[in-house]
Amino acid sequence: MSAPTDHKASAHDAHGQHNDHDDHGHEDGGASHSTLKGYVTGFILAVLLTAIPFWLVMGKVFPSSSVTAMVLLGFAAVQIVVHMIYFLHMNTRSEGGWSLLALLFTLVIVVITLSGSIWVMYHMNVNMMPMSIHDMKNMP
Amino acid sequence: MFDQLDLTKLIFGRLTWEAIPLHEPILLATFAAVVLGGIALVGALSYFKLWGYLWREWFTSIDHKKIGIMYCILGLVMLLRGFADALMMRLQQAMAFGDQLGYLPPHHYDQIFTAHGVIMIFFVAMPLVTGLMNYVVPLQIGARDVAFPFLNNFSFWMTTSGAALVMMSLFVGEFARTGWLAYPPLSGIINSPDVGVDYYIWSLQLAGVGTLLSGINLLATIVKMRVPGMSMMRMPVFTWTALCTNVLIVAAFPVLTAVLGMLSLDRYVGSNFFTTEFGGNAMMYVNLIWIWGHPEVYILILPLFGVFSEVVATYSRKRLFGYSSMVYATLAITILSYLVWLHHFFTMGSGASVNSFFGITTMIISIPTGAKIFNWLFTMYRGRITFDVPMMWTIGFMVTFVIGGMTGVLLAVPPADFVLHNSLFLIAHFHNVIIGGVLFGLFAGITYWFPKAFGYKLDPFWGKCSFWFWLIGFYLAFMPLYVLGFMGVTRRVSHFEDPSLQIWFQIAAFGAVLIALGIASMIIQFVVSYIRRESLRDTTGDPWDGRTLEWSTSSPPPDYNFAFTPVVHDSDAWWDMKKNGYVRPQSGFLPIHMPKNTAAGVVIAAICTVCGFALIWHMWALAVLSFVVTIATVIIHSFNYKRDYHIPADQVLRTENERTRLLAIHA
Amino acid sequence: MRNPTAPLPSPAIATAGTAPPQAAAHPSARYYLTHEHHPANSTLLGFWLYLMSDCLVFACLFAAYAVLGRSYAAGPSGADLFDLPLVAVNTSLLLLSSITYGFAMLEMQKNKLRPVLIWLGITGLLGAGFIGLELYEFMHLIHEGAGPQRSAFLTSFFALVGTHGLHVTFGIVWLVTLMFQLKRHGLGLENRRRLMCLSMFWHFLDVVWIGVFTFVYLMGVLP
Repeated sequence: MSAPTDHKASAHDAHGQHNDHDDHGHEDGGASHSTLKGYVTGFILAVLLTAIPFWLVMGKVFPSSSVTAMVLLGFAAVQIVVHMIYFLHMNTRSEGGWSLLALLFTLVIVVITLSGSIWVMYHMNVNMMPMSIHDMKNMP
Repeated sequence: MFDQLDLTKLIFGRLTWEAIPLHEPILLATFAAVVLGGIALVGALSYFKLWGYLWREWFTSIDHKKIGIMYCILGLVMLLRGFADALMMRLQQAMAFGDQLGYLPPHHYDQIFTAHGVIMIFFVAMPLVTGLMNYVVPLQIGARDVAFPFLNNFSFWMTTSGAALVMMSLFVGEFARTGWLAYPPLSGIINSPDVGVDYYIWSLQLAGVGTLLSGINLLATIVKMRVPGMSMMRMPVFTWTALCTNVLIVAAFPVLTAVLGMLSLDRYVGSNFFTTEFGGNAMMYVNLIWIWGHPEVYILILPLFGVFSEVVATYSRKRLFGYSSMVYATLAITILSYLVWLHHFFTMGSGASVNSFFGITTMIISIPTGAKIFNWLFTMYRGRITFDVPMMWTIGFMVTFVIGGMTGVLLAVPPADFVLHNSLFLIAHFHNVIIGGVLFGLFAGITYWFPKAFGYKLDPFWGKCSFWFWLIGFYLAFMPLYVLGFMGVTRRVSHFEDPSLQIWFQIAAFGAVLIALGIASMIIQFVVSYIRRESLRDTTGDPWDGRTLEWSTSSPPPDYNFAFTPVVHDSDAWWDMKKNGYVRPQSGFLPIHMPKNTAAGVVIAAICTVCGFALIWHMWALAVLSFVVTIATVIIHSFNYKRDYHIPADQVLRTENERTRLLAIHA
Repeated sequence: MRNPTAPLPSPAIATAGTAPPQAAAHPSARYYLTHEHHPANSTLLGFWLYLMSDCLVFACLFAAYAVLGRSYAAGPSGADLFDLPLVAVNTSLLLLSSITYGFAMLEMQKNKLRPVLIWLGITGLLGAGFIGLELYEFMHLIHEGAGPQRSAFLTSFFALVGTHGLHVTFGIVWLVTLMFQLKRHGLGLENRRRLMCLSMFWHFLDVVWIGVFTFVYLMGVLP
């Protein structure tokens, strides 16, 4: 992270006089310019990535629930990436790379929270939730 | 039309005259003291005509320096309340054996240990840490203020709202009796139908908003507002630890908001997140609250690791040893703190595989902390050390925190934890690291930066008194608890049968008295230092021959911090400037662009407090009304586009000339 | 070490207008900027960070749904209750509103205030349609005895979907407010930033909805 900031710092030094505007043309957070093409592409992709999962479930296309679930999650993940790129203009340059870094870090924490909770609570439920008399009698 | 009874319920909810604890002598006495003290304070402020000054210069200020000081004052005031709770508990536990029941019935004792924990974590440690970061970070990075000055003011007042609600619970209604984390089902509506848990929830939700916004603010500040030349690896270590702390805040506090939100839904709407019937699962609360709770303790300690880095380098007159490894260790701790949370509930029953995973990660996280301790020791090695008060706190920290850390590693072993969980051993461990780490660090930081903030040093004699009372008091108060924990004594118990335990509790009570003397010494220190301020005056702005940019400003710094934006060429920027014969410019000043003060923060936070109070007491009409007014006020505030002004160049010149004059006196 | 903050040898106090010594003659000049320095504006980054924190609130609600989502307490399940065609309509409304906001942003780039307001208005209406349908769905469920009190599954459903709906509602309130502010102050710098923040917020809500319709509705009806 030091390289881009250093570059920015010396660029600032070189610029000299900026007066009253506290924003420069390039300082809009590095947000990429939106294009009609970008939005339409994103929209079409999103529609496809939504319609197919709905069809898979409503049409009961796969016999197995787990396969369906995995496919659904896959489509959701792809569509989220599509939204990030085409609608949220996520790229490595925005805010000097900090936007992407923040997103990746958040993603890691979300994954830990979700998978950690599911893993922990699954074990808690198996070990600690009330059993039937039958299960209790069959304990080792 | 409305039945008379229904109208009363609509307006007053479940608030009745019974809510005032007229039958509790301790509370009545406290209330009387608070009222008398309050009248004295209000009277003095009115007599000296200070209300206007306070409102204009402090309450509506968006200056990070003033806000930082206010946070610290809030923290220190709440320390007195939290410590009073501690003294009461120590007294009760020292006397309540066998037939002697002590003076606190369990109903009251349970509220005291709950309030003690909540206040110490949320309203002492967090505000003090936030206050320090708020004051110091913009100065260290060469900025004029934080990224969002208005939000900064608002965050402070939201924290104060939370504190106000907790204090209100003393005199109107009661507080929670669930412990500081309020586990369900005990905290659910069936087992705690009274207002206590609601006070807990809403005070934390309000304070939580403040903390989260403050985290976003400081994070954006450090990322975007460093001066030219200050790359990430040239930032002061305190700023690095502040960065990581605020990352943790932004990532952890939403979890607290969500969990408390779920608990409040259970209590208000009858939902089934954590109930024992209809499919609820109370263990999920424990899981989620500790996903917040573990990063929270790192939020508390990381800034203080930064303080120790600054203090050790300054008082050893040496560059900090291993800057890069300090940075990487801090980053490692930040990431790893999300992988250990289950160690707080090994005994809840997740089984061997889960427990082993988290036990191992917990042990791993002690390694980067150990690396930091070695770096501080290596910094001190062959340095020319001055044992000013901040350095004494630092040495005290190094010994005490290491002991506490080691007991932590012991608890990280699940089989050991099965014996020691929720015993006094656990209590001793976390007080060991919090007092030895967080509190000693806060006192070191306050003493270190006090001259910067107020223009005069703190009296060293009373500082040393405070230190020794705290150090010896801490060991006497908590080492017996390790012994008691090993012997099987459980936490949160107000009465015991086994007389052989009593001596340990009595030693602990004596330790608490010494700590009380330590706090008293600190208060005396503030008073004496103010009285003797001319003889303790700091005219140079650099009383300790410091290394970082905050020491290049006057003490206290002007509103705008730096007349000219500094340019940095090396880490330890100020040391570099001094070494290269830096001379302060005295002319060519320009007008400086500054944000305006605003009342919006105080007003919105005050309305939120009303809303919280209304929700607690089920005063639905008032709750809805105050919520709507809050939103309306926020919207109205957003229509204000004129939020800044310029300090004219000749005013800057006058301020700088005054500094030149002060420096000439010293020279 | 000589105290570097001691005054220069010349005793005269300079006026504000005199320029400070040149860099070549005076080595200290490399340590400060003589012109006014404006740090880059932090609003967009700050708002992005806030969105990241909001992600975590939703993550907790998703986690609660993951853990509690099959605890029917002998009551109705997702398969019994969820009206997938209705959810499909709702999803379309939200997705459409995302693109209409995108069109508003395109017009903002072209500096055309009136089209911006029109597209914002359409976005708001689509959002209101989404909320309307969602409220209808909730009322229907509650009327059938499948309210949040019925089971942990329904609790976590209402909390997750309801929190998303609350966010959309706040977004609509913000959108209307912003429309008034645009009429008053036009497409200046401050309003552009606000439009960009709301844009991030709106798209982010659509991202969360992807998670909701996949994880809650579609996976919820699977046996």
